[in-house]
Amino acid sequence: MNPLATFLALLHKDLLVGWRGRVRLVGLGTYAIALLLLFSFAVGPDSVALRDHASAYLWLAVLSASTLLLAQSFQQEVEAGALEGLVLLPISPPALYYAKASANLLLLFFLSLVLLPATVLLFDIAPAGSILVLLLVVALGGGGIVAPGTLYAALTARLSAQQVVLPVLLFPLVVPPILAAVKATDLVLEGDPMGQLPSWLGLLAVFNAIYWALCGVLFGKVLDE
Amino acid sequence: MNRLRTVLILGGLGLAALLIGHGIGLLASPPEHSMGETGRILYLHVPTAWAAMLAFTGAFVAAIGALWSARPAFDAAMEAAIEVGLVFSVLICVQGPIWAYPTQNYWWTWDPRLTTTAIMVVAFLGVLIMRRLVHQPERRMMLTAVATIVSWVDVPVVYFSVKWWDSVHQDLSDVSGVDWVMLEPLLISLAGTTLLGTAFWLARYQIARAESQRQEAALDVPDLPEQLQLEEQP
Repeated sequence: MNPLATFLALLHKDLLVGWRGRVRLVGLGTYAIALLLLFSFAVGPDSVALRDHASAYLWLAVLSASTLLLAQSFQQEVEAGALEGLVLLPISPPALYYAKASANLLLLFFLSLVLLPATVLLFDIAPAGSILVLLLVVALGGGGIVAPGTLYAALTARLSAQQVVLPVLLFPLVVPPILAAVKATDLVLEGDPMGQLPSWLGLLAVFNAIYWALCGVLFGKVLDE
Repeated sequence: MNRLRTVLILGGLGLAALLIGHGIGLLASPPEHSMGETGRILYLHVPTAWAAMLAFTGAFVAAIGALWSARPAFDAAMEAAIEVGLVFSVLICVQGPIWAYPTQNYWWTWDPRLTTTAIMVVAFLGVLIMRRLVHQPERRMMLTAVATIVSWVDVPVVYFSVKWWDSVHQDLSDVSGVDWVMLEPLLISLAGTTLLGTAFWLARYQIARAESQRQEAALDVPDLPEQLQLEEQP
């Protein structure tokens, strides 16, 4: 089997597992929207302050939901002993990694598509920029979280304290992409009079390139027993 | 015993260099142009930051070695280097505010260089926490190596953060305009923290090696008949 066919078969498998367990996805979406509501309660009824920080709340909700999504993605494999089966198959670890990470990215992107309108409605924003650019920011920001996140989810999958260790390892790494994603989202939603958007998108793209390349190479070492 | 002597010599030389460097820095060199006497913390802050970066980069190199050859020595080198790097980077986070408060009137600000340094501390702390939870030595080495390599991505980000974002921290260092009176104590102190850091690393490396050898020895318990034979021989 060529690597592309392997990748597509694995991606299909992961998306199918995601679809069949869609009640988990609904749960994650509800969790993230509950977080958005909590942020607005924590800040209080100051609608200007809420609107100014809306993109930060959006990304914190995405990040928080992503750790649950990532942990789940390997938990299911480990529980059913499916990971051993996959490792025994004659497929390259990078194909396994890129399929898993792409499936996680698609699921996170889907989650963000639910959260974006919720953010716009809850915080009363009139988006100034184009929707397509916003989707690009969401995809790149999600990629910056999911690329190291998938590696670390595999790394911590067998640890007793995965729920604690995964965020501890992951959060420091995703600070640069989250920072850039928050700024870029803010510029798309609130307008970009100074033309700063391309440099933040560039930073996001650089971190995506580094993480997707590096984690793909290292994934095989995490699976080796 | 020989290795203990090496640790003591390196550490002694490092301490001596720090004392000499600071003697010159505090007594012979003039106060800094804009910051006055407070500017002298430069002779400690820059060498500490250098030692932290060097230690984390050492951990990164050891991590590549661990992935490449899977020798337990690399695991010990990696663990020792991460711990030394953490000690120095926590020190930077203490010295920074001590310097910032008199000159800029705040202890901490959400500046790129400061933030990325804090992230570096948390990232490597996370690696050490993860290590404690994996009990099988080979697997612990592989997972630590992977996490170290990924976390190391932050080290160049710390270094270039002042260039990439607008920062309150000084721009990348350029020594060409610095007078020898101020450069000399800085370089001696740099040698001091490098030697001291190496001594810490070597000492911690020995402890880690001894620990892993003890664990290995505890695992190969000889069979009973062999034990009896050994006792009969003398």
